[in-house]
Amino acid sequence: MSALDALAKSIGSNRIVRGKAITSVVGDPTLSREDERRFRKRLVRKALEALQTPVEEPTVFV
Amino acid sequence: MTTLRVVHYLNQFFAGIGAEDKADTPPGRREGALGPGRLLQQTLGERGRVVATVYCGDNHVSENVEALGDIVDLIADARPDIVITGPAFSAGRYGVACGEIAARVRERLNVVAVTAMHPENAAAELYRTKVYVVATSKSAAGMADALAAVARMALKLASGERLGSPVDEGYLPTGRRVFENAPRTAGERAIDMLLRKLRGERYMTEWAVPRYARVTPAAPLRDPSKATIALITTGGLVPRGNPDRLESGYATKWLRYSIKGLDELTPDRWQSVHGGFDTTLINLDPHRVVPLDAARELEREGIIGRLFDELLVTTGNTSVIPDIRRFAREMTQELKAAGVEGVILTST
Repeated sequence: MSALDALAKSIGSNRIVRGKAITSVVGDPTLSREDERRFRKRLVRKALEALQTPVEEPTVFV
Repeated sequence: MTTLRVVHYLNQFFAGIGAEDKADTPPGRREGALGPGRLLQQTLGERGRVVATVYCGDNHVSENVEALGDIVDLIADARPDIVITGPAFSAGRYGVACGEIAARVRERLNVVAVTAMHPENAAAELYRTKVYVVATSKSAAGMADALAAVARMALKLASGERLGSPVDEGYLPTGRRVFENAPRTAGERAIDMLLRKLRGERYMTEWAVPRYARVTPAAPLRDPSKATIALITTGGLVPRGNPDRLESGYATKWLRYSIKGLDELTPDRWQSVHGGFDTTLINLDPHRVVPLDAARELEREGIIGRLFDELLVTTGNTSVIPDIRRFAREMTQELKAAGVEGVILTST
């Protein structure tokens, strides 16, 4: 999971989930604490989906 | 003109002692040039004389730490002005020996040291910042070209002449920045390059985009609800106070911290030591770099089978690629042995 998904792709990471920001990869400080946790949970679920998806080459899951 | 004293290092094969069956040969020295050293001598002409050849078997030098010291002693005894190691081409053990010996000689004897190998030799990445590494072909078919470049560079360095750029001289970039006054601005040069590219003409980039080895994608995880999932971060998250002194950049290690039974990463106990970005937001809430709270929730809900008991951490900042490749190898080995089937790695 990285906010620099294009960079992750260029160096050959195979399953990439785009994060929010370099300074807050799996968070969003503009949200309330509860909403931020929900947002993070969605991102982690996205990562679990990526893990379950067959890929042939570096792939970004948005 | 004084004739410079050159000492040449070779492995057992190029020294003519034997192939793999002689790879245990201990360090030794002969007077004068041996094997490719004869061609080196021709290339040096009157300006340098190969006074001695020091050799060692590929296995012996890799397996005996003290062998390196002995080799440097043998080289020192021949009182060199210049030390040439290799060329090693694509040979792995030989490449490391050539790089290490050249680096030690330069450090200990303060003489000119030049080595040579193929740019994809793993040792090239390890040593190109420590010694001059001439780029060679993959195999010894390119011996003459390699030695010509080695001899030219070594003689230049020995006479105190300034070396040209890596591209002009044929060595691998050393990572040092040399300031120059360019007659035209970067913008002008970039437009010129673009126009040449559009016209299908030849152009030379000033900064090559590095290429990385492709990794075959792992097979998909069948069922996360039955799997153990590990959390890793390159965001430099460590217990507050950084007890294990994780570096903020140029990390030389990775660390593991128990998260067994832990539901949250609180800012009073965790901090990021990453030196490559502003860590304020993470230090207010460490979950912004390691999603432990969300992952625990998913574990409780049965969506994740089990979270691995350790958080694996390093700092991904100005990283040295062979080092972080080693981290990945070590982490993978340990996680596999522990039965971990999936990893969520957060990178900043």
